[in-house]
Amino acid sequence: MALIEIENVSKIFGKDPKSVLPLVRQGRSKDEILKQTGHVVGLNEVTLSVEQGEVFVVMGLSGSGKSTLIRHINRLIEPTSGAIHVHGRDILKASPGELQRIRQTQMSMVFQRFGLMPHRTVAQNVAYGLEARGESEATRRAAADRWIARVGLTGYEQAYPSMLSGGMQQRVGLARALATDPEILLMDEAFSALDPLIRHDMQKVLLELQRELRKSIVFITHDLDEALAIGDRIAILQDGRLVQVGRSAEIILEPKTDYVRRFVAGVNRGRALKASDIMQPVRAIEAPSVSGDSILEKVLPIVMGTVAGVRVTDARQEPVGFITRERLVHAIVSGTLE
Amino acid sequence: MFPEGFSWPLEKWVNGFLDWLVTTHGHTFEAINWGVLQVLIRVERGLAALPWWLIIAIMAGLAWHASRSWRLPLLVIASFLLIGSLGLWAMAVQSMALMIVAVLIAVLIGVPLGVLMAELRAVELVLRPILDLMQTMPPFVYLVPAVMLFGLGKVPAIVATVIYAVPPLVRLTSLGIKLVDSEVIEASQAFGTGRMAQLLKVQLPLALPNIMAGINQCTMMALGMVVIASMIGARGLGEHVLTGIQRLDVGKAVAGGLAIVALAVTFDRITQAYGQRLMRYRQVQDNV
Repeated sequence: MALIEIENVSKIFGKDPKSVLPLVRQGRSKDEILKQTGHVVGLNEVTLSVEQGEVFVVMGLSGSGKSTLIRHINRLIEPTSGAIHVHGRDILKASPGELQRIRQTQMSMVFQRFGLMPHRTVAQNVAYGLEARGESEATRRAAADRWIARVGLTGYEQAYPSMLSGGMQQRVGLARALATDPEILLMDEAFSALDPLIRHDMQKVLLELQRELRKSIVFITHDLDEALAIGDRIAILQDGRLVQVGRSAEIILEPKTDYVRRFVAGVNRGRALKASDIMQPVRAIEAPSVSGDSILEKVLPIVMGTVAGVRVTDARQEPVGFITRERLVHAIVSGTLE
Repeated sequence: MFPEGFSWPLEKWVNGFLDWLVTTHGHTFEAINWGVLQVLIRVERGLAALPWWLIIAIMAGLAWHASRSWRLPLLVIASFLLIGSLGLWAMAVQSMALMIVAVLIAVLIGVPLGVLMAELRAVELVLRPILDLMQTMPPFVYLVPAVMLFGLGKVPAIVATVIYAVPPLVRLTSLGIKLVDSEVIEASQAFGTGRMAQLLKVQLPLALPNIMAGINQCTMMALGMVVIASMIGARGLGEHVLTGIQRLDVGKAVAGGLAIVALAVTFDRITQAYGQRLMRYRQVQDNV
């Protein structure tokens, strides 16, 4: 069983959400339902699961329901219908006290505009989750120091958030979320408010931490490059509906709808795809080897120097596949494998 | 002439209601009266027991603590020396005692009400028109029920003052709570903060600058009302002004008025400086 299971979750905003459910289940669109009933469909029968230890990215434009979706996992928002299980436990049945406990111990959240408490110092912000959980002063201080150091903010313990730049503030947000040692990290457009260079830095920080911590991360973004950079799997939402879930290569190479196709059209496939994403079965042809992890941009010059193509090898240098010149060019130029 | 038959006995009803209230709930009002009086007497005696220079020193100390500059303490010292030099020291201390007690009671009532108003839609719907009404009514009107229920004297003066001074505090508390960034509230909830802890650790601290502005307004209005309340037996500077007017002794009235202004400026500046100090953490905002 997956760590987080979301089944047929719908969320409708308006005066009488339940009355609109039948229309949603009939498959009416968000616009139709808004025109007909004045209700806004936030989520439309969404089903997905998040595995332990993966970075699961939910992507969509504004209004697609992605921020609504992530808030269902810690029940900051109640669904209109559907079921949500975490570790096999139905969190919709949790009492207020139990829910509070789950939020204190199992999952934490990072916010788009950081959500830091302006009247608390960096150290007090980082220790906030532990304070809410009722940990001792000594535990809180030790954890705060450790996580402040981990996100590279040593020396700023006593600063107030308003004295820090956006990127530094989000480091505080990240440290606060990690300080409670939660299993699940919910990140709502966590890096969207940062400028591109800082955003890139933060993505690296997150990936480095993740390599070691192996948290289960649900990451919301509207930026496909970000999704491809950090996501193990990517889900694409459109108007509250889940239109496709898959690894980044699947999303790029096999978009299921026009919406996804438009989304991925501008992607730099030479960088987003790896050799192992497009390889075919091994062929008994003598050819140079490339690692399965190399991005296509790196493979291109090697392939161009050959007649047939290149061999793809795994981490132990064993051949696992083959890429022809045509296949590589197709993949980079048109995003198809034929 | 307006037709005489076309009328309704409002005056009789109000009198009847008040009679009923006093006869059935007399004990409650007496208990309130006694309680408020005890507090007031202690504050009055406490202030009266302090030597004049110590009161000035305390106020100047507060001024320094609030502003961390030498200018405000100097202003405070000058104001109090002015009051003393006008021969109005004892009266000013009486007025201060009344005002302090009234503001204390107003805070005890106003802040919780403001919090409820911000959190519960129903409370806001009921309270808002009442607050609107209260703020448009001339302050004299509050003297009437106060006198009806508590007779003449200091306690009704305080009651009238509290009623008059509490609306801005309620409003600004409510505003302060509502202005707290919703993402910060969400963050506190996402980390499993309980309802009460959220109020005490997040909402109230962040609303404090606004609450302090409310206390500032409340203090100013209380000082104003303490003067008016001299009409129903409050002692102090107001009494001085009132007798000055009644006897057409303009000099006396002006001296009293000047002393009131001096007190008002002092308390206004000190409470404002505290409000500013509470926003220290916002200092370097353009950095973001």
